[in-house]
Amino acid sequence: MSLLEFFHWLEYLPLLVEMRSSAWLFPVIATFHLFGLSVIGGVVLIVDLRLMGYGLTRQPAVQLARDTEPLLLGGLLIMLVTGLFLFLCFATKYYYLTAFWVKLAALFLVLLFTFTIRRRVLTTAGLKTRAIRDRLVATISLALWISVALGGRLIGFP
Amino acid sequence: MSVFGFFDWLAATPASIAVHESRYLYLIVLTVHVMTLCVFVGMAVLLNLRLMGMTLLRVPISELSERLLPWIVAGFSVMVISGALLFFAAPLDKYANLFFRAKMGLLVFAGINVWVFYTTVYRRVGEWDLDPVPPVGARLAGGVSLVLWAAIITAGRMIPYQAYWFD
Repeated sequence: MSLLEFFHWLEYLPLLVEMRSSAWLFPVIATFHLFGLSVIGGVVLIVDLRLMGYGLTRQPAVQLARDTEPLLLGGLLIMLVTGLFLFLCFATKYYYLTAFWVKLAALFLVLLFTFTIRRRVLTTAGLKTRAIRDRLVATISLALWISVALGGRLIGFP
Repeated sequence: MSVFGFFDWLAATPASIAVHESRYLYLIVLTVHVMTLCVFVGMAVLLNLRLMGMTLLRVPISELSERLLPWIVAGFSVMVISGALLFFAAPLDKYANLFFRAKMGLLVFAGINVWVFYTTVYRRVGEWDLDPVPPVGARLAGGVSLVLWAAIITAGRMIPYQAYWFD
């Protein structure tokens, strides 16, 4: 079975056919996808801005990241579950969209970066000698997240 | 001139038609409008959750409010400008749209909520700045704000679906 055939099989599972027959289910799931975007956006921004020397500069970056980690994980969970259903509804259409594959690649990279390099850097962030490294990590994190979001937006374009 | 008459005139201006008919401008403005959710709603959510005693409990509320407010105000400005452009591209469609009208109504309530909070409960922030669980007025303002912004996002996302459901 090729990948395209697999996507076709997914798209025409009885559950998905049932879901597509509803006029309001897709926009409701897409709305929850936006809730997740808002939460992740806020959490990522305050930590990355802090690494760059903006925003909550009186708080240690590592503390901000630890305190908001449940929100980041909760936001990610909402995004992945709703995103999966949005994908399944039109899987074969997405197979042909470059933006979809770029988004998946950027998502994989940003999750890997966030939970390895960025997490380790955060534990020693804020020291004068590490300022350039901190800014670089924040820039990479923001650039990757923006790629994910832009990819998502492009998928929905006519 | 009636409101409808004004929007009817606005829709016929060359600038409105240009945005409406453009190949990319409308989509770019829409993208900016959606992406700015991260800056504006994202930071507002953190402030509201702090007011409800649910996150960043070690950060004083006055510090969070002062430090995030410039970003929230900047984000809101981008939202209003890009949103106004989206309206300007199709004034009559939006004027007739139930979800758009609901969104504008909810925005007024969100504004009133912020105004009431900063002119009453927040005046005495010094007394509860570091409380893990702020007073009931602050928690209420945070909760009301979260519900209103969720409703505003929902109404905004549904605007294009009026044609499917009601027309």
